[in-house]
Amino acid sequence: MSSGLRGSTPLNEEGPAAPMTPLRNTTEKEVRNYPEQPPVIPHTTQGYQIDMNGNKCLSCHARARTAESQAPMVSITHFMDRDGQFLASVSPRRFFCTECHVPQNVVKPPVDNDFIDIDTMLSKAAPGGRR
Amino acid sequence: MWGFVVELWDVLRRPSSVFGLGVLVFAGFVAGVVFWGGFNTALEVTNTEKFCTGCHEMRDNVFAELKPTIHFSNRSGVRASCPDCHVPHNWTDKIARKMQASKEVWGHLFGTINTREKFVDHRLELALHEWARFKANDSLECRNCHSAESMDITKQSPRASVAHQRFLFTGEKTCIDCHKGIAHHLPDMRGIPGWQ
Repeated sequence: MSSGLRGSTPLNEEGPAAPMTPLRNTTEKEVRNYPEQPPVIPHTTQGYQIDMNGNKCLSCHARARTAESQAPMVSITHFMDRDGQFLASVSPRRFFCTECHVPQNVVKPPVDNDFIDIDTMLSKAAPGGRR
Repeated sequence: MWGFVVELWDVLRRPSSVFGLGVLVFAGFVAGVVFWGGFNTALEVTNTEKFCTGCHEMRDNVFAELKPTIHFSNRSGVRASCPDCHVPHNWTDKIARKMQASKEVWGHLFGTINTREKFVDHRLELALHEWARFKANDSLECRNCHSAESMDITKQSPRASVAHQRFLFTGEKTCIDCHKGIAHHLPDMRGIPGWQ
């Protein structure tokens, strides 16, 4: 049995390394598969520093920077603390962007994916389709 | 000792009785060339990456941070070394910077940033110096390699293309305003304009 990622290499051997895949670098928003999905990053983020000293993502996506950058502001959910109270700036629990948001590679998925998005789910849920 | 000095001064004051004027002028000219060449060579040696990374403060901190960045390793292999960004290319500004560098010699001798903790404490101050320099000279060292006229925005990503047209070509911003942290790690960015 071979998995898509590993290819046909037997388990006791090391197969050839796959070539590096190109990164997608656009500005277009992707459709989210369900409302709470953290939107994917359409542009490259190589070398972006996100640590205690600073957050490169917020240099465009922070509220105060959006006029200059025209980038989408971090969603209001990022300002909420664990009790649902809104803070003045990004909550520490949402500070590290790449914990949830990822850039995209332009590649054919090597493994089959049977994920069903929310629209398909809703159309299946009740007879007659969407509520 | 003092007698020797007085004797030497007498010799230097009196006109030459052995060599002709032309010989002296020509010899002076040659000696000037040799001196200038030597001085310039020594100066250019201090302008190499090998020299800069000779100190562990630089090698273990900022040079190590440079290595994963695009200015060190990239598709085309065209790279920037320490003096390309940190030492002005034109002679007068270069000499001015070299004179300022005596402060760095002092720092090295007296260990101003010779541990990681001391370096991290000073990082913001050092970064502010460099950013101020880039702002003051309109990112001149960036423009040593990256020409705004030659920049083909059709080859850039949509984000970069828009940003360069809106801010760089109009002169509203200079390279360093957005591209902080392109080469080395950032210091504590609280309070820095344009950064949340």
